[in-house]
Amino acid sequence: MIANTANNQRPIFERPILETPFYESYKHLIQNDQYEEWSGYTTLASFANDGQEYFAVRNTCGVYDLCPMIKYDISGADAERYMNRLVTRNIKKMLPERVTYTVWCNDDGHVIEDGTVFRLAPTEFRLCCAERQIEWLLDSSIGYDVVITEVTQDIAALAVQGPISCNILKKMGFTGVEVLKPFQLGNFSLNGYDVMISRTGFTGDLGYELWIDAEHADDLWQALFKAGELFGIRMIGSLALDMLRIEAGLILVNVEYMSCFQTVRPNRARTPFELGLDWVVDMNKGHFIGRRALVAAQKNSLKRKLVGIDVDWNKQADGALLYDSKTCSRQIGEVTSALWSPTLKRNIALAYLDAPYYAGEKSMWAEVYLHRECQWERKVYECHVTPKPFYAPERKRLTPPEDL
Amino acid sequence: MTSQQKDIVIVGGGHNGLVCAAYLARAGRSVLVVEAAAEIGGAARTRELAPGARVSSGAHLLHAMPDDLINDLNLTAHGLKLSSVRLNTVSLNNTGSSIVFADNTVSGAEVTAKDKAAFARFDKDMNRFAKALRPVFDKLAPDVSIETWGQRLELLGLGWTLRKLGRYHMREFLRVIGINFYDLLDEYFDNAQLKAAIAMDALLGSEWGARSMGSVLTYLYRLAGYQRNGGMGLALPEGGMGALSHALAKAAEAAGAEIRTGARVKRILIDDDRATGVELENGERIAAGCVVSNADPKQTFLKLVNPDHLDTGFIRRIRNLRSKGKAAKLHLVLSGAPAFKGVEAANLGSRMLIAPTMDEIELAFNPCKYKRYPTASVMEIIIASAHDSSLVSSGQHVLSAVVQYLPYDDTPEEDANRTAFLETVLDQLEQYAPGIRAQVMAAELLTPRDIERQFGISGGHWHHVELAFETFLFNRPVPALARHCSPISGLYVCGAGCHPGGNVTGIAGRNAAQQVLRGGH
Repeated sequence: MIANTANNQRPIFERPILETPFYESYKHLIQNDQYEEWSGYTTLASFANDGQEYFAVRNTCGVYDLCPMIKYDISGADAERYMNRLVTRNIKKMLPERVTYTVWCNDDGHVIEDGTVFRLAPTEFRLCCAERQIEWLLDSSIGYDVVITEVTQDIAALAVQGPISCNILKKMGFTGVEVLKPFQLGNFSLNGYDVMISRTGFTGDLGYELWIDAEHADDLWQALFKAGELFGIRMIGSLALDMLRIEAGLILVNVEYMSCFQTVRPNRARTPFELGLDWVVDMNKGHFIGRRALVAAQKNSLKRKLVGIDVDWNKQADGALLYDSKTCSRQIGEVTSALWSPTLKRNIALAYLDAPYYAGEKSMWAEVYLHRECQWERKVYECHVTPKPFYAPERKRLTPPEDL
Repeated sequence: MTSQQKDIVIVGGGHNGLVCAAYLARAGRSVLVVEAAAEIGGAARTRELAPGARVSSGAHLLHAMPDDLINDLNLTAHGLKLSSVRLNTVSLNNTGSSIVFADNTVSGAEVTAKDKAAFARFDKDMNRFAKALRPVFDKLAPDVSIETWGQRLELLGLGWTLRKLGRYHMREFLRVIGINFYDLLDEYFDNAQLKAAIAMDALLGSEWGARSMGSVLTYLYRLAGYQRNGGMGLALPEGGMGALSHALAKAAEAAGAEIRTGARVKRILIDDDRATGVELENGERIAAGCVVSNADPKQTFLKLVNPDHLDTGFIRRIRNLRSKGKAAKLHLVLSGAPAFKGVEAANLGSRMLIAPTMDEIELAFNPCKYKRYPTASVMEIIIASAHDSSLVSSGQHVLSAVVQYLPYDDTPEEDANRTAFLETVLDQLEQYAPGIRAQVMAAELLTPRDIERQFGISGGHWHHVELAFETFLFNRPVPALARHCSPISGLYVCGAGCHPGGNVTGIAGRNAAQQVLRGGH
């Protein structure tokens, strides 16, 4: 269901973009009107100051409105078989009340998208992703006893992330939330309605995601912000989230790769191997969609791979092309996401590198263009391959989290 | 339980499955054919319609099987005898003004000298084009990958064959190949009935009208069939089409193949991404090194193979294949020889066509697009008993007709519609052969849905998959199956849904056997 905000009650032709179920609750916090569209909803690039929002997640608690994320519920007797064929990970090994990160591919072994699979019950799953793909899910269900429903509008969700997120949730009355391990979920209740809490997030920090029926959105938001008031809780926008996910080494569709359904040029679709996601592909679990193409791909050495790099200077290498030498004679890769990491004080980036450069044994240079006082300057900085995630604090995995 | 272990198990004992079995057995492989029906033959079968009266219940003419295949398999030694070859074709008219096609010439009271000359020219042009396509139709579908020099040369060869036609004819070929037959025939001829009779050869068994794009291509496909059959033209096996299937079965068995009927396959067994055998409806399992499916692609990949082993894009393509049969079969047992207007008693054994004009064909075609039955059909009629008295008790005749175009009727009114349509067809026949209704001793009409049930073909489509541009050559039925291999290793396809296409040719079976022996993938 769509939340009944004033905007959402207007006739559809007057309403080019929806507001999320939490919009009315947090709209008083929006100071700079930095709106952006995300799958049909209006969302915020930042509420007030993206730097402060970033530090809220690393130091206290930041809350991100997840409602526009596409959510599909998949249930039925064949749900496990269906999911196991759809995605690259082994779903048969996944226990109920667990969450897993995975990708799913087309016949050619090219990535359609990455996202998370929630196993709500033995025969009930939820797939969360950024792009709509109901035709693919439905066509994949031919021959399976499953029901697939898009629940994006019915479910409201908030990501509550940061070192004291657990404290705030406990203060709200979610007793036992501290025993949730990373990628585990639990069912709780608040003021008489169900709240599903998963220990998941897109920030690389300690954090949780709260899932409720959209009708209780305002109640949950008020309770959360009341409990967090004295802990420095604040809403965050997508600019801060992007910084956080780069530090965590997490990839983003349409930034690190395009869905193979949307690429036009023949060499733009990516295999999971090219994305550096070998670890989410279980080649031994039996057939899954795209497996045969991936078996064939494995026979050849990998031509390019997405890796983390460190740039030896202090200017972000946004969109930089990477070269084999300081004279930039041969291009060997390009940067997809770059960040001067405020926490690490390092100039990090996600980048595609050709073989053999992704192995990290050869030196390389980034060609960076800087706009300084209305004049472009070209700089060439040396860079090095570095392991991902760039930032992984111990608290991310610690169970129960430290009581702060 | 696993009852048997074979090198190869073939799902379906249609003519292609039997041909495939024969070639594989001759190459020394242990082969088992499992056929769901009580009798082998698929759509090339002879059935008893009434006591003492037998009819070819599916295909009723043999016209496209390569003579080298017939010789290879020694079918004559295994009992194949043709009761008649080079049948004439007579286009009927309810005024009695018929047109006769005999050995590349056309005659008829209303056929002008100009049309006769045009026919000679038309026949030459079309045969020239069909001949250019024949090497492609007779072999494995060309491989469009260009990784090796062999593959590149093969594609170049295909282009060269067309260029060899000469500049004028290559251009003409490329012009006509995509257009509709209606326009092409208008370019050559004046006589409306003549045009309609020729058009029928492009349209039999298909979902086309004369004005449908690509109908020239299906005509050339048909001509290529005539060209490869060693001059037998339209032929009738003695004992009906079932006799051909029995000869094929004997050839296969003589080479060591085993054939089991009444054994319906429930699923194809797959282990570790490889076909390992089949499981029958009764639970019995037969282990095999590879499995060849003679069933149509939809049945093979949407019913017999568990989707766990297939990719979504592949299933999508299989589902979207056009396989809606529009041809019905009419079978009549007649108490005596029917008297068709304009046909002398001696010519009763000709192939007779009811297709007065191309517009009438279009009018017969239009209703099926909206799931309705036509009021006047177009037909191809064969009275095999005129050549083969063994099919009937003395004095009687059996009439077999392909009646077009019928919808795939899965409504609750199916039975009532069938009964009503049979009456319509009999009324229509009465106009061409007065008194025929009174001669009918037994009648049967098989709608596309009946054909689906009786022969196990999805959609009741003769050619399994529409013979159309988008499903020709390396795209037939889908690129992943074009060379008889499938995404699953050890699983092959050999039915009419494969290259080169439908009709009783055996080519798909022979090519599939070749691929199995090569271990091709």
